[in-house]
Amino acid sequence: MTAAAPRTETRTMTMVAAINDALDLALAADPTVHIFGEDVGVMGGVFRATDGLQARYGAERVFDTPLAEAGIVGMGIGMGLAGLKPVAEIQFAGFLYPALDQVLSHLGRYRHRTRSRYHLPMVVRAPYGGGVHTPEQHADSPEAILAHTPGVKVVIPSTPSDAKGLLLSAINDPDPVFFFEAIKLYRSVKEDVQTGDYRIPLGKARVVTEGNDVTVICYGGMVEVAQKAAAAAQSAGIGVEVIDLRTLVPLDTETILESVQKTGRAVVVTEAPRTGGFHSEISAIIAEEAIEYLHAPVVRVTGFDAPYPPFTAIEDVYRPNAVRVARAIRQVMEY
Amino acid sequence: MFQLLTPEGTATGAAELPDPETRLRLYREMRRARHFDDRGWVLYRQGRLGVFPPFGGMEASQCGTAAALTADDWLFPTYRDTGAALTLGLPIARALAYWRTSPHGWAMPENLKVLPFYIPIATQYPHAVGAALAEKRKGTRNVAMAYIGDGGSSEGDFHEALNFAGALDAPCVFILQNNGWAISVPTRSQTRATNLSRRAEGYGIPGVRVDGNDVLATYHVTREAVERARNGGGPTLIETVTYRVKPHTVADDPSRYRTEEDNAGWDAKDPVLRLRTHLLAEGLMTEASEAALLKEVADEFEAALQEADGYPEPTPAEILDHVFAEPTPQLARQRAQILAEENA
Ligand SMILES: Cc1ncc(C[n+]2csc(CCOP(=O)(O)OP(=O)(O)O)c2C)c(N)n1
Repeated sequence: MTAAAPRTETRTMTMVAAINDALDLALAADPTVHIFGEDVGVMGGVFRATDGLQARYGAERVFDTPLAEAGIVGMGIGMGLAGLKPVAEIQFAGFLYPALDQVLSHLGRYRHRTRSRYHLPMVVRAPYGGGVHTPEQHADSPEAILAHTPGVKVVIPSTPSDAKGLLLSAINDPDPVFFFEAIKLYRSVKEDVQTGDYRIPLGKARVVTEGNDVTVICYGGMVEVAQKAAAAAQSAGIGVEVIDLRTLVPLDTETILESVQKTGRAVVVTEAPRTGGFHSEISAIIAEEAIEYLHAPVVRVTGFDAPYPPFTAIEDVYRPNAVRVARAIRQVMEY
Repeated sequence: MFQLLTPEGTATGAAELPDPETRLRLYREMRRARHFDDRGWVLYRQGRLGVFPPFGGMEASQCGTAAALTADDWLFPTYRDTGAALTLGLPIARALAYWRTSPHGWAMPENLKVLPFYIPIATQYPHAVGAALAEKRKGTRNVAMAYIGDGGSSEGDFHEALNFAGALDAPCVFILQNNGWAISVPTRSQTRATNLSRRAEGYGIPGVRVDGNDVLATYHVTREAVERARNGGGPTLIETVTYRVKPHTVADDPSRYRTEEDNAGWDAKDPVLRLRTHLLAEGLMTEASEAALLKEVADEFEAALQEADGYPEPTPAEILDHVFAEPTPQLARQRAQILAEENA
């Protein structure tokens, strides 16, 4: 289900290394690609996602900006209008907020309001999510705000291979793409990743594990949590199909509905707050289009309607874990 | 650049020197701040404090400015301004609690108008304007003071705040701590401006540039700005020129982005030692009275540490506290869920 090309050569990579590799390839392949943001140049990013790129491609194509998110996104919009491919980094997704005016008022609208005379092939990368005990506002999951904004795409990978293939697709996409990277996954998983350019299309979900009893729908940092819960359920004789959405916009409703029609049960998992989240959209789609297949109501496993807590001692209460997902799986089985 | 004490500790401009008692107070405040910073590192290494942004070397910039306020004024500190908050009176135990990621570090004392350290950059600057304006509308003489970094002064909120404050004549004092770096980005890459205090001109308000390692100078210019604001003279921007001798946070590795040359000379400008030389030379302090002061400062810290150690850990349902005055039905359900799962 992943890359279309045969995997000839591979190298073991963490997710952050795979992202660095994708950026490297994009810079090498296309002189219009420019990378910028806070600390992305000399330092190579606070998570090292842009490590070494300024040394390789120069300070014109990989550069540090002043500390101003509205400026970063707004300038990127102008660069995109004028023919470059801006790849901006927002240091943490929780610091995207000063730029939201540029995103909501402009980034998502330019194609529409110029009748496609102009378009914005811009990528905004941002580390998101919790699980690593960061200070206040460093663990936010604002993906639903973006998914709710017409005209912007939203991508959230969960593995190194996916991160690379999806990022290359995002950079080569003609439209603006938000690319959220789960901080928890940056260095915690390693796998063999194909070297060289390969693409994973936006809008194609990945079936992580197959099963006949329950569908667990998740993305980003929640995929490994769902996998753990699925493995536990499996040993109790419950077949769990875990679906990694990979992209929220465009959304692969077909894979979701096919699976739910097979299993008749759905659990949706996210670490974002509960009310008004993207998980609610998925639940609504299932309710609209597959209700007659359901043996139980859809269950959402989410964060809470409170700011993400920076309290190390109880942070893990907020972020869904395998136990909570397993409980939801039992709940839909026993309904 | 305004200065009252040379790096060698020689006083210039005698007319503007604060009285001896104030000079000793400023020394004490800087020593308390430095002690927090030094012990903070050790506690971090021992796993007894979380990641925190050190401010050692910036004591004059923080303590001298905050010392110009009274407890009736407002303070809007960034994450790096533990020294300023302690000077206004934030209990050490609360500051420790904040950097221990305990909710007890968020509960600010009732007798102070100091806000929890702001993590997002610049976004609190307009709040200071609003607080200042509110004090004016209420007819008090209280002012609001907000801190920001050289990097933070690139954000739109910084500029909007300065413009609002000028246009609305808000009794506000803006402290811009120019410590040379925004994580890895030196000020020269942050902006083409070489004198950040002159940004004030663009908003029609006074801008002052002061040696940020000279506590007598920072105190003097901030007091003037505070007095002007109290007397209806409007806002001021003060740029304190200093240096972040330490890493961005205790977990940061500055060798990736700066050289020994960058750091050269800054240790010799140490603000604490500068005032120390002066106080000893003037006979305002003896080695013996200093030793007693240092012991007092250390004892105070250890007592605060014990107090902080005594704060109970938060309980799971606390993540839902204080979202609204009355929990919404959704929050009530979520609380029930947490409690049920706890007992499951
Ligand atoms: C809105 C926002 N963007 C980015 C960050 C990440 N960040 C934290 S500190 C920092 C650099 C700040 O530099 P400066 O304002 O000069 O203050 P200093 O840390 O030097 O005291 C950055 C980019 C943030 N906290 N908030």
